Amino acid sequence: MNEMTPMKQDRKQTFTGHQALILEEKLIFEIGSADKSGVDLEPVPEVNTRLGDCMAPAKPDLPGLSEPEALRHFVRLSQKNHSIDAGLYPLGSCTMKHNPRLNEKMARLPGFSDIHPLQPVSTVQGALELMDELAHWLKTLTNMPAVALSPKAGAHGELCGMMAIRAAIEARGELETRRRVLVPESAHGTNPATAALLGFKVDEIPANADGRVDLAAFKDKLGDDVAAIMLTNPNTCGLFERDIIEIADALHEAGGYFYCDGANFNAIVGRVRPGDLGIDAMHINLHKTFSTPHGGGGPGSGPTVLSDRLEAFAPLPYVVAGENGFDLIELEAQSANQPFGRMVAFHGQMGMFVRALSYMKSHGSDGLRQVAEDAVLNANYVLASLQDVMTAPFAGPCMHEALFDDGFLKGTGVETLDFAKAMIDEGYHPMTMYFPLVVHGAMLIEPTETESRDTLDLFIATLRDLVRSANAGETERFTNAPELAPRSRLDETRAARQPILRWQAAEETAQAAE
Amino acid sequence: MRYLPLTPTDRGAMLSRIGVNTIDDLFIDVPEAARLDGPINLPPHQSEMQVERDLFAMAAQNKTASTVPFFCGAGAYKHHVPASVDHIIQRSEFLTSYTPYQPEITQGTLQYLFEFQTQVCELTGMPVANASMYDGSTATGEAVLMAHRITRKKRAVISARLHPHYRGVIDNLSDMGGFDVASPADSVNGVEDLIALIDEDTSSVVVQYPDFFGNIMDYSTIAREVQSRGCLLIVVVPEIISLGLLKRPGDMGADIVTGEGQSLGNGLNFGGPYVGLFAAKEKYLRQMPGRLCGETVDADGKRGFVLTLSTREQHIRRDKATSNICTNSGLCSLAFTAHMTLLGGQGLRHLAALNHARAVHLADKLEGIAGVEVVTPAFFNEFAIRLPAPAEQIVEALAEKSVLGGVPVSRLMPDSDMDDVLLVAATEANTEADLEIYETALRDVLKGVSA
Repeated sequence: MNEMTPMKQDRKQTFTGHQALILEEKLIFEIGSADKSGVDLEPVPEVNTRLGDCMAPAKPDLPGLSEPEALRHFVRLSQKNHSIDAGLYPLGSCTMKHNPRLNEKMARLPGFSDIHPLQPVSTVQGALELMDELAHWLKTLTNMPAVALSPKAGAHGELCGMMAIRAAIEARGELETRRRVLVPESAHGTNPATAALLGFKVDEIPANADGRVDLAAFKDKLGDDVAAIMLTNPNTCGLFERDIIEIADALHEAGGYFYCDGANFNAIVGRVRPGDLGIDAMHINLHKTFSTPHGGGGPGSGPTVLSDRLEAFAPLPYVVAGENGFDLIELEAQSANQPFGRMVAFHGQMGMFVRALSYMKSHGSDGLRQVAEDAVLNANYVLASLQDVMTAPFAGPCMHEALFDDGFLKGTGVETLDFAKAMIDEGYHPMTMYFPLVVHGAMLIEPTETESRDTLDLFIATLRDLVRSANAGETERFTNAPELAPRSRLDETRAARQPILRWQAAEETAQAAE
Repeated sequence: MRYLPLTPTDRGAMLSRIGVNTIDDLFIDVPEAARLDGPINLPPHQSEMQVERDLFAMAAQNKTASTVPFFCGAGAYKHHVPASVDHIIQRSEFLTSYTPYQPEITQGTLQYLFEFQTQVCELTGMPVANASMYDGSTATGEAVLMAHRITRKKRAVISARLHPHYRGVIDNLSDMGGFDVASPADSVNGVEDLIALIDEDTSSVVVQYPDFFGNIMDYSTIAREVQSRGCLLIVVVPEIISLGLLKRPGDMGADIVTGEGQSLGNGLNFGGPYVGLFAAKEKYLRQMPGRLCGETVDADGKRGFVLTLSTREQHIRRDKATSNICTNSGLCSLAFTAHMTLLGGQGLRHLAALNHARAVHLADKLEGIAGVEVVTPAFFNEFAIRLPAPAEQIVEALAEKSVLGGVPVSRLMPDSDMDDVLLVAATEANTEADLEIYETALRDVLKGVSA
């Protein structure tokens, strides 16, 4: 084992600070200047300005760069990022699957990218047709009668679904009494945050030893003050909620609504329709299940499907098909329903709609079913291949993600965070850490269906090597990690205690310190 | 299926490693009543070429902004985006990366977010900015909620000259959250008495700059009056390029500035994705929504960046979070930062001046048409005109002549008694020839109306 022990070697110090292909890059404020530009503009014609008393005395104090300098700056920055295109990105609950480039090409067709949201409806019939067809696919895949397309991301879709529920309760005249929203303790943080935003009181439901909602505890909490449950299915432990139909029935009987967080729809798309489970509202992350790129944290898109109990309350705007083509219902007065209002300016994330429809048409009904099957197969393969050396808190089969706790690290001096950072040196993006909260030192691995068996085999072998190394007492491999990334561990405490949130010239910083 | 690497042989071998016979054995937790035996009734998979055919056909039915004289604005603007911006945002490492939760291998994203925050601070004249919101409208809704939290009051006074969709977002959040809103009567060019509407339960006053009708005014006096009554002034900037030429909201005394950043780096995209801007005074930092990127050092003492102050956020604070936002507009903020970097301060000033010059020329030309009145006294690149006929009808007639002539106010404010008012925007994307075509087309259309 001794020759396996990593020798801590300081990397060669270079004169430039660069390390071959890892190039240091300053901030634009340190390399650009305000009179430099990478854009050639036509001269400004003489006019009598009509700016009233609002003209600024000087140009903004922001640096510019010529085009070659700007490209070099951003390309160097890009090289400090891990990405799906470069390697496995098994972040649980994030569904980091391949982003097909056909989708990018389609979204950039001028017919979609170069049209204005408020130009006459007669001049955007193809755009409305695309939205209508996307809606058809989403409704059919979920067996739900309606979908609100406008929410801008998952949490925004959640807000939309809960707003529809609130509007339905208000229409029943029960807003004063139905104040409680049941949220499992394993839920995404956005769920309680959304419920609280709408003035509901969040009531946590415990999990059972199985990693699922405790059915008895849930039923005990039901009452005529319950507005809704917010349940993720498959849940954040990567498990299908076996009692989901019973939960829905009991909830409906008690007069509540069923909100399902659709973040994990990738596990069941094409195989299970949420409408068949008794769900009343569910957001769909187009940036997860339907492959629109995550873009370093957005833009996302969170269309929200609604049951017949909530359909009438869908927000503005929405597309309708008429005899003379498609129309856009943008105002309450035009609507035959009782829309609860507007989530956002304009009509939603059209760029994401195009990508998602391109993805759906590419896979088709058969391919989407295969997506779910391969995603679940890959996750179970990882679980089965690692559960003898890592500790899985719940029995399988899992759905699209495999959950481990830190039991296997006990006594090694290595924690979940260290284990994750060591994966970085091995060329992997770590899995989701410390989530869900119901498991100690959680590690949630979601490989997705777009990883090959060879990739998974190497990943599995690497994790087994790391476990062996931790058990062998090679603690430094973990606690010093990452050593080979563009940066070693960053001091997050310092960032929070003395927040520096923008660049300031040295003299400004000195003045601020005085 | 071209996106799925597993072969039937792989699948068989993997199932046996797992110790099950068929894929169905992995779905045993699904209640029987909900198991589907076969594919859902939707079309089967298609080749790249087939998908392209379908989508080309839909795209071809839309009239695009670059192919006609184009004058629509009202919160979304046609600008030229340099080719290199799209190349930068399509780098795999930016496009296919997640929120930077592992900072050691996402310094690229984190550094551009830090640059983005700094640019937003400088443009708005505010000391702190976040790493973006979904868009201008949702940023504005969050700003009102933030003002309620800071002041512990629950009523917002909103200018009737705020974009009606932004107003709709605030109204909806207020309805749902149990808050109140108040507004003066609608007005095309009148000065509003917002101060008179402030009462002891008012947290904030929301104004737009340039406003929905294109008008610009200095809000310094209003800021002082609002603040002397214990309220916050929220200034909404729908067209960020205007700040290349106009006084900054921060210099006027704004407490919170929100904005739509689409004009820098991002196309029209039929309304989204766009990029919401959010900036505030430093003392309100810990009440801000959204992600914040901060500078720090690594274990070797090298400068690096991380997401910070996350104790405000939903994944830590859950039901006590400042907002439920998680994903924001990462890639759109990169487009913003890349475009802004290519322009530089000098370039932005030039671009803004060009926009203003085009708009002034257009206003001069349209004012020369009998029956047409420019009703916006001072403006940047968009203004309102009063027509001798309903604006929706004129816009349709112009569209038939392949001129997209603007946005009728009635489409967004049907009850405002402004059926004859049209919003018209001009940018650097319009040539002088476009302006002449518009003038001629409008003259022709109006002749038809009077005849």
